[in-house]
Amino acid sequence: MLEFYGNVIVGGLLLGAVYALLATGLNVIFGVMRMVNFAHGEMVVVGMYVGYGLWAWTGAPALVAAPVAALLLFAMGYVFQRFVANRFVEAPQHMQFILYIAIALIITGLHAVFFGPDPRGIQSAASFEVYQLGLIRLDAVRTQAAVASLMLIAALWAWFRYSLTGKAIQAAAENRVGGQAIGIRIPHLFALTAGLGFACAGAAGALVAPMFDVQPYLGGEFTLVAFIIVIVGGLASLPGALVGGLLIGLAEALAATVVAPSMKALFSYGLLVLVILLRPQGLFGKVEA
Amino acid sequence: MLEMRSARMAVVLLAVLFAGPWLLDDFILSVLTLVFLFASVGLAWNLMMGYAGQLSLGHALHFGAGAYAMGLLVTKLGVSAWFGLPLSFVVGALFGALVGALGFRFAVRGVYFALLTIAFAELARILVEHWAFAGGNGGLFLPALTPDNQPLLSLRGGAGFFYHALLVTLAVIWLACALLVRGRIGYYWRAVREDEDAARAIGVPATRVKVLAAALSAGFTGVCGAWYTLIQGSLFPDSVLGMRMSIDLIVAPIVGGLGTLFGPILGAIVIQPLNELSKDFAQEFSISGLKLIVYGAVLLVIVLFAPHGIWPPLARWLRIGRRK
Repeated sequence: MLEFYGNVIVGGLLLGAVYALLATGLNVIFGVMRMVNFAHGEMVVVGMYVGYGLWAWTGAPALVAAPVAALLLFAMGYVFQRFVANRFVEAPQHMQFILYIAIALIITGLHAVFFGPDPRGIQSAASFEVYQLGLIRLDAVRTQAAVASLMLIAALWAWFRYSLTGKAIQAAAENRVGGQAIGIRIPHLFALTAGLGFACAGAAGALVAPMFDVQPYLGGEFTLVAFIIVIVGGLASLPGALVGGLLIGLAEALAATVVAPSMKALFSYGLLVLVILLRPQGLFGKVEA
Repeated sequence: MLEMRSARMAVVLLAVLFAGPWLLDDFILSVLTLVFLFASVGLAWNLMMGYAGQLSLGHALHFGAGAYAMGLLVTKLGVSAWFGLPLSFVVGALFGALVGALGFRFAVRGVYFALLTIAFAELARILVEHWAFAGGNGGLFLPALTPDNQPLLSLRGGAGFFYHALLVTLAVIWLACALLVRGRIGYYWRAVREDEDAARAIGVPATRVKVLAAALSAGFTGVCGAWYTLIQGSLFPDSVLGMRMSIDLIVAPIVGGLGTLFGPILGAIVIQPLNELSKDFAQEFSISGLKLIVYGAVLLVIVLFAPHGIWPPLARWLRIGRRK
């Protein structure tokens, strides 16, 4: 019994780490540009197809596919932000929303056209490997995905914190006009930020590809998971995204085993409603002036 | 003068449209029925977004509430569907008031409010999927129509009947919206939309008028959901309460023009036939997902080139309507 729940909890936390990476991507974009990327989940699905495609083509494992997906999504994010989304930074919220929904619909549609609606799963021998750690069995694929996610999150944090470009982005987020005045290239930096945000989603997608079957319509679900995490943890708070991700991963895993697999989202949405109503700044967010 | 002229024009237009079933074939009638349905629901959503400025991305909740109210009434109680129409309005409006009251009471704004509406809609979808009485995931099926079916009693019939029914629904909802928007409440809504704090400062009871917008919008949406049940003859949690429906509901008013009375109608006229075409095309070449690409592309074009929708420039070109 104890062993069973131990495994459920650890499995949930491991998936939660990948969720945290996914949410970090959303958070970075929001934190810097105040834009809400409603197409975030679709970027995850792109990453999943990259992971699946590479595996089907060369048998490459997720750890190889993740950087490829991240690079591809970085390029997509940069180009999209630079040439389209930058025009919408100052636009009313509903117009930003329509822009991202349009992108999400097009990407989902393209996936359905090119890959068909059938779910595609990665079945490799590596999917069944486990690391035994005392009573706890660690699923190899999940563990690798979690470790990779945590490393990426840490790298991103460090980059934002210590690199000159990262600091410039933070400065631009703090005060756009001031940043411009001292010669920060805002359009470029915003595009860079969007690229990084998309790259997080893509890497997360490639990392989860061996765990979930890929199909075109998963995007919405991932978008909502990312939102729930970001709101629960606090919009624009990076530690919030990490803790929120682990929390939601854990909650989903427990709800799926204790109640019913189809009920796992119920808990997350319930938590989302409570947080929005009672602590809208999230667990880690600061109250905005 | 202008008011009289447009009223006369509307009456003539309605009369022409009313003759539809004697002139058009069933397929075109069914497409037009959907145009009327989505125009109606677009008008309803537009009350909240276009006039009161509150972005709801979870209107499927109200649509589904109305749909299930009607579905349960007809299948479980066997009562005439006529009672279902006011019932679906009330049920929808209650949910709207609930979401609105909770959200606005806690001063939830912008993105947060939009996410709150999504969360409520998704919660409802998951709960209904597990609600055995309402058929759960398997859905709810209305009893088959008997040969002696009287459309005016059962509110179900052929393509011609639904065409007329939805045309009337659209006219009623349009008229209700027009009256609301031109009344005092309409000015309150616009004041809140433009600057809520300023509106409060000059004495607009902002929370109350926002809740009212949410309730009315949701009530009309509920009625449209009820008609959807009657047209389809069946309903499933995912099809009426899912995120996809929430998006389908808002495409027409966005394309047509937010905060206008003709925008949602024009949007539905543009979108629904496109939808049918892409469905046909997709079947012909057996590719799925085409509808999504078309929707996405239309939205992208609109947001890039006509961010206020296609009605305002068209109205300017036709020289009708008042300038803002």
